[in-house]
Amino acid sequence: MGNLDIKLKVDASGLSCPLPILKATQGIKSVASGELIEVVATDPGSVKDFDAWSRSTGNAMVEQESTGGKFRFVLRRK
Amino acid sequence: MDETISIVLFSGTDDKLQAAATLAAGAAALGKPVKIFLQYWGLNAFRADGIDSDHGLSPEAGEAGKASVEAAAKAGQASWTQTLRMAKELGEVDIQACSASMEILKLKQSDLDSLVDGVEGVAAFYINAGEGQIVFI
Repeated sequence: MGNLDIKLKVDASGLSCPLPILKATQGIKSVASGELIEVVATDPGSVKDFDAWSRSTGNAMVEQESTGGKFRFVLRRK
Repeated sequence: MDETISIVLFSGTDDKLQAAATLAAGAAALGKPVKIFLQYWGLNAFRADGIDSDHGLSPEAGEAGKASVEAAAKAGQASWTQTLRMAKELGEVDIQACSASMEILKLKQSDLDSLVDGVEGVAAFYINAGEGQIVFI
């Protein structure tokens, strides 16, 4: 952590499903292929949702962590 | 495999509209094409002159349910129209009004919000749904 070149940070804290994955979709479309975005969410469904979103869209999950009700994901645009 | 998700939106209360918008937006975020077919009260909710008004909740909501939904809206949960508009910006979401419901409700397409892309009959709906899943709300 800390050494990744993150192009865009998306704060989806406090937003409920489906807004975190909508915000992620919006964010990933604004960076180039191969670039990274970071999404922070608090929706309790986020971990399963971002796993499904990553597998379905082909945007790879580079990092994932949970701390005190906050979920952080780093995703690489396909 | 046909990945299209087709949602038949019959109900016109805000909770069911929100549920349909969530399903549509989620599928769009996953990159699936989404078709929404508006019938009866679902269609009525898309009238340009009242789309953002209060459409009430399902009878089972009761007072406690109503309070919970109102609290979520106050806390900043996106409305179903905001969710649908975002889904249309980010993905492939096509919203069609059922022609028979248009007749019953005496509506023209110009009476409907710009979220609605067109008017079609049930045969066109099935052809466009292809082999994909169909959800009824």
